[in-house]
Amino acid sequence: MDTNILFIFILAVYVGFEVISKVPSMLHTPLMSGTNAIHGIILFGGILVLADATTLLAQVLGFVAVVFGSANVFGGFMVTDRMLQMFKKKK
Amino acid sequence: MNPTFPLIIIGVAVLFINGIKFLSSPKTARKGNLVAAAGMLIAFIFLLKTDGSSVWSHGWSINYTLIVIATIIGLVIGAVGAYSVKMTAMPQMVAMFNGLGGGAAALVASLEFIRGSHSDAGITAFIAGSMLFATLIGSLSFSGSAIAYLKLEGKFEKPMTFPGQNILNGLILLVILGLCVFLTANASSANATAAFILMFSLALFFGVAMVMPIGGADMPVVISLLNSFTGLAVAADGFAINNLAMVVAGTLVGSSGTLLTLLMCKAMNRPVTNVLFGAFGSGGGAAAAAGGVAGTVKPIQADEVALLLAYAQRVVIVPGYGMAVAQAQHSVRELSDELGKRGVEVQFAIHPVAGRMPGHMNVLLAEANVPYDQLIEMEAINPSMDRVDVCLVIGANDVVNPAAREDKSSPIYGMPIIDADHCKTVIVMKRSMAAGFAGIENLLFYKDNTRMLFGDAKASLNALVAAVKAS
Repeated sequence: MDTNILFIFILAVYVGFEVISKVPSMLHTPLMSGTNAIHGIILFGGILVLADATTLLAQVLGFVAVVFGSANVFGGFMVTDRMLQMFKKKK
Repeated sequence: MNPTFPLIIIGVAVLFINGIKFLSSPKTARKGNLVAAAGMLIAFIFLLKTDGSSVWSHGWSINYTLIVIATIIGLVIGAVGAYSVKMTAMPQMVAMFNGLGGGAAALVASLEFIRGSHSDAGITAFIAGSMLFATLIGSLSFSGSAIAYLKLEGKFEKPMTFPGQNILNGLILLVILGLCVFLTANASSANATAAFILMFSLALFFGVAMVMPIGGADMPVVISLLNSFTGLAVAADGFAINNLAMVVAGTLVGSSGTLLTLLMCKAMNRPVTNVLFGAFGSGGGAAAAAGGVAGTVKPIQADEVALLLAYAQRVVIVPGYGMAVAQAQHSVRELSDELGKRGVEVQFAIHPVAGRMPGHMNVLLAEANVPYDQLIEMEAINPSMDRVDVCLVIGANDVVNPAAREDKSSPIYGMPIIDADHCKTVIVMKRSMAAGFAGIENLLFYKDNTRMLFGDAKASLNALVAAVKAS
């Protein structure tokens, strides 16, 4: 499994580079904000460790991790959408 | 494991990739964000434990109650932040969300490391290494983003440097890496927990030490870099929890964020190392540039500017952070509409790093309903700047400073600028003669064809709109 996951990692590195190679600077902020929301997937990491927490320390830290991750993912997508809904062509 | 689950994760990866792809074109950007959010929702429903069972298929326990409460708290923080933030404070918001993500990644990695190192089976060097990497990068991103947030809020925005800082930071980093190597090899030893806590604290401190010496003007680059750091930390967490969606999403953010960081540095014509470590050597250069300014500053009144604008053929507006601070984007749109009605051709010249984030000006002007085809990027507009009658510089400073072309001793020498000084008349709207964010004297203010309109940008613009209407 380790090699498979490394293989996927390497491919994803290249896809990440390719996919934004041509982005106008006007979209740099929304793009940064949008990718910021995508790494909010760490919320699921928090959920997984909190689900299996057996000690009080793990519960407390896991709880904080879920709060942080949840703010990252929800806030990230919302703030990006709020930015982008303002991009309009001339009516 | 249910055999359809890996297929679903492939679907999630495709949604993320397309989301980022759509985000890079103005027509599809909003859709891209929603596509990525849909991917997130699917990944949430099909969330698997390390053993391949669905996380939702186990019985309810106190931990699940905690998950629900914590998620709701985070949702409220995120929603309130996202919908209450002023458009001008957007960069701080992204920095904050990024820092929280980094903190979460570090906590998840710490818990996995501690659990693994205390378990009977032990922890493989590969997993230990990924967890240490995620802890280091995640906590660095957390504290670094916090400093970036404060700098953008106007707290200690000047670079904070002292002699030997580079060496001290280098030493801290060496100690951190040494601890990581020790922990990778001795994850289950008696000293492991103490060494781990020391490493975590040093990483937090290093994030602060790394961002403190960087000037507020370079925060966009820093946030972009920390954004890609968080992505990589999340990917490393994905290795340990064996969650492919996290590996793919984190890696995509890591690599696209790295490229975005480089694109931003390219727009400023500075290598990334100069942005991150440049403050250490630039003190002398800035002082020299401030000394040798020749010429005088010529003020002008609003009604005179209004006449110039109303009878011009082509007007170019260069917005900067000052426009954002004065919340003047709506007044700018009003002025541009008023001039448009009179048959004046109005365009906005957008410097890639104007404001506190690349694209910051586009977002603000879009908020004020300026159509985006009226916004022209620097490279596109510069060749025709000498045919512009009036160039109106609103709260922009360093991005129009001809010192970048003329003064080899200037710290911004070589940075591409908007050639505002090539226009027939340049009107600079500014609150006072204070230097710009980079702390450099602006040669543009002393040019023969430059006039200064002092005052709050919004008040001045409203005066201009009224005067143009009357003329």
